[in-house]
Amino acid sequence: MRAFSRLLDRLTLTPQRNAKLRLLVDYLSATPDPDRGYALAALAGTLDIRLVKPALLRELVLERMDETLFRYSYDYVGDLAETISLVWEAPVEDEAYEPRLSEVVEELNGLGRSDVAAHVRALFDRLDTSGRYALIKLATGGLRIGVSARLTKQALALMGDVDVSDIETLWHGLEPPYESLFAWLEGRGGRPELVTPAIFHPVMLAHPATDSDLEKLDPADYLAEWKWDGIRVQLSADDAHRRLYSRSGDDISGSFPDILEAVDFEGVIDGELLIGGTARTNSPTLTFSDLQQRLNRKTVTQKHMTDYPAFIRAYDLLFLKDRDIREEPLEDRRERLSEVIETAARDRFDLSPLVRFESWEQLDGLRKNPHDPVIEGVMMKRRDSVYQAGRVKGPWFKWKREPHIIDAVMMYAQRGHGKRSSYYSDFTFGVWMGEPGAEALVPVGKAYFGFTDAELEILDRFVRNNTVDRFGPVRAVRAEPQSGFVLEVAFEGIARSKRHKSGVAMRFPRISRLRQDKLPMEADRLETLTAMIDDRG
Amino acid sequence: MKAEALLSPRPEGLYCAPGDFYVDPVRPVERALITHGHSDHARAGHQAVLATRQTLDIMRIRYGDDFCGQEQTADLRKTIDVNGVTVTFHPAGHVLGSAQIAIEIDGMRIVVSGDYKRSVDPTCEQFEPVPCDVFITEATFGLPVFHHPDPEAEIGKLLKSLETFPERSHLVGAYALGKAQRVIALLRKQGYDRPIYIHGALAKLCDYYESQDVDLGELLPATVEKSARDDYRGAVIVCPPSSFANRWARRFADPISAFASGWMLIRQRARQRGVELPLVISDHVDWPELTDTIRDVGPGEVWVTHGREEALVRWCELEGIPAKPLHLIGYEDEGD
Repeated sequence: MRAFSRLLDRLTLTPQRNAKLRLLVDYLSATPDPDRGYALAALAGTLDIRLVKPALLRELVLERMDETLFRYSYDYVGDLAETISLVWEAPVEDEAYEPRLSEVVEELNGLGRSDVAAHVRALFDRLDTSGRYALIKLATGGLRIGVSARLTKQALALMGDVDVSDIETLWHGLEPPYESLFAWLEGRGGRPELVTPAIFHPVMLAHPATDSDLEKLDPADYLAEWKWDGIRVQLSADDAHRRLYSRSGDDISGSFPDILEAVDFEGVIDGELLIGGTARTNSPTLTFSDLQQRLNRKTVTQKHMTDYPAFIRAYDLLFLKDRDIREEPLEDRRERLSEVIETAARDRFDLSPLVRFESWEQLDGLRKNPHDPVIEGVMMKRRDSVYQAGRVKGPWFKWKREPHIIDAVMMYAQRGHGKRSSYYSDFTFGVWMGEPGAEALVPVGKAYFGFTDAELEILDRFVRNNTVDRFGPVRAVRAEPQSGFVLEVAFEGIARSKRHKSGVAMRFPRISRLRQDKLPMEADRLETLTAMIDDRG
Repeated sequence: MKAEALLSPRPEGLYCAPGDFYVDPVRPVERALITHGHSDHARAGHQAVLATRQTLDIMRIRYGDDFCGQEQTADLRKTIDVNGVTVTFHPAGHVLGSAQIAIEIDGMRIVVSGDYKRSVDPTCEQFEPVPCDVFITEATFGLPVFHHPDPEAEIGKLLKSLETFPERSHLVGAYALGKAQRVIALLRKQGYDRPIYIHGALAKLCDYYESQDVDLGELLPATVEKSARDDYRGAVIVCPPSSFANRWARRFADPISAFASGWMLIRQRARQRGVELPLVISDHVDWPELTDTIRDVGPGEVWVTHGREEALVRWCELEGIPAKPLHLIGYEDEGD
């Protein structure tokens, strides 16, 4: 446990990627099984300690401290694990207490629901601050220490001198504590055998198309499809297993039983998860905000499934039954895919249609005026492209619609989280509403990225110098017609919303430019935004 | 007299109407009482300044001989009459010369503590609790997360790193007044007797500390003109934190960046500043010291100047002590 908490501390304070890799490789090489396997799982986000949840940790802390003081502390620190590890008042830290990581993990996983609180409380009392921090990170995931799952896989590749794509292919077929994987990487065992193809296969990604790219490309070499505004998924099915993965490999099967129950074929399909009816049932595709009703749910009710039926618009086939066809050209894969979809459930699967075009200009025109509001652009894929994991430039391009742009006025600011916790970096912005002469700002959204570090300094300074009120961690800033800060906000879509006072909710808003050249009175009005709803959903 | 009539916040700073003076004003005023020499509390351009001898000296070093119109020295624990108001300076334990100021009229006493700490600091006089009706306190580290560890153990980390990486230079960021000298004194106390290199911005203040009998050992300027990169291998170089990002820092051999500050307790803070070796050494009270101090002083009321006001006010509320934030603008939110 101590080696692991020391590793987390050092990773947090090591900015250089190569130095992080070195720390990881050193730790994984020097630590015995199964401790290193659990550490790896924690770093890569695959460790599941079911009973230790943030809510439980909060309860434990609040047994010993005032809730308001805890909330101020958390708002300030911006990281739950760090906050709890620091505010915990241990009677006496037990310096001799050095449990193995695997003991801690296995004990936690062996606990019953009624014992877990007492067990964690006792652990907190015996560990030091770093130990508590490591324990919470371990149990709740989401380390936020600048180590991605990809980086840990790279460390594994480095450790065993193998290609990182080998690790990615194996990854979802393996489980913590990964003893067979380490045995293979250390030359003590063969490559782990995967029992099923129903595992996640790293997805192929597209590059954004630019004019200079297009000049060099022959339209005749490419197929075009609509880019639908859902989420990218991979459906993996064999006779024994069915799994739905997000594009990063998270297993989201639990949220979509309606799709999984309808699967009556074997293979691996790449496609877009959408809500509504399939083209084969002649029903409309619903918007991303409908899809959000179904995402990140642990349990799904019948009502959810009836109100927001999910389906997959398929665009590629990676495996046909258990045969890997990723090396075949796209046109052949699509041919096979269309045969699979032909016999699949009509209300759950359809085939992403091709867009006919002769020239890039013609495709540009189609892209800007799609026939369906749930389309956000087009995809261009080389007819002969093989299915390669990752973002390779050349075979696949995405060509999105231009984002919406408005000018809004900064109204409130809040400190960021994690790395940005000492900056005011979360901004609520508003636009004008009401009769001329009696206009008032109404908040329409919140954005916390899009700006550069240098721009963040400017924004942060404005907030500190123009605070007019404080509500806990939130500061209200000066926002008057003649004085305030105008932000250009870009966003992908806008929908009606009953939850917001303004009646609208933006999708994917970000701050695209600082408009210090403008006065707040020149910012947009709410009518401009509501007009955009009718415009394109 | 109500406390608010004796002292109240104005845009210039805390104002005492009966005595017609300000405490630590942020804009030039007729008469200023200064708690200590940090630049957000001690500014140039006031007509008359009343402060401890050392604070006045530090202001002169920083701003030049004409830093104010007229100066008056306050001896610790000796009462002074300012326009009928009784004023007494008491040690605050923050940096050399730092003081709390007790302001008294008609049996009503308010103590403006300025910035202060309770832990032992070989470079300045220890804080003394002064009983009062209103205690005005900072809350720089006024959240229950802040528990500053033993500074000697933190210096131990630096010594350990010097041992582990003898080929790398160790760049220690520390504020020029107080922190830098404290870090050096702590190193000396633990037997580190090699020369310590200092950034040019620290030279005058270090000389001044030595003139006040704070022994800092052998200090050498960290100038590259006179010495080669390799001279700094395994050396300790103390510099203002702002110079990390400058070209100045690039002259050293494979440097490890350390930063001595109370903020370094929070990993994410250290991370966002690119600090590899955080040293949690603070010249402010941490949460237990802050709350203990309020209990020791036992005031009828607490006013909070700057920092995490909400949290300290909440704690006072839970303890049944009347408290309010003063919302003073112009003091460094993150200074330590």
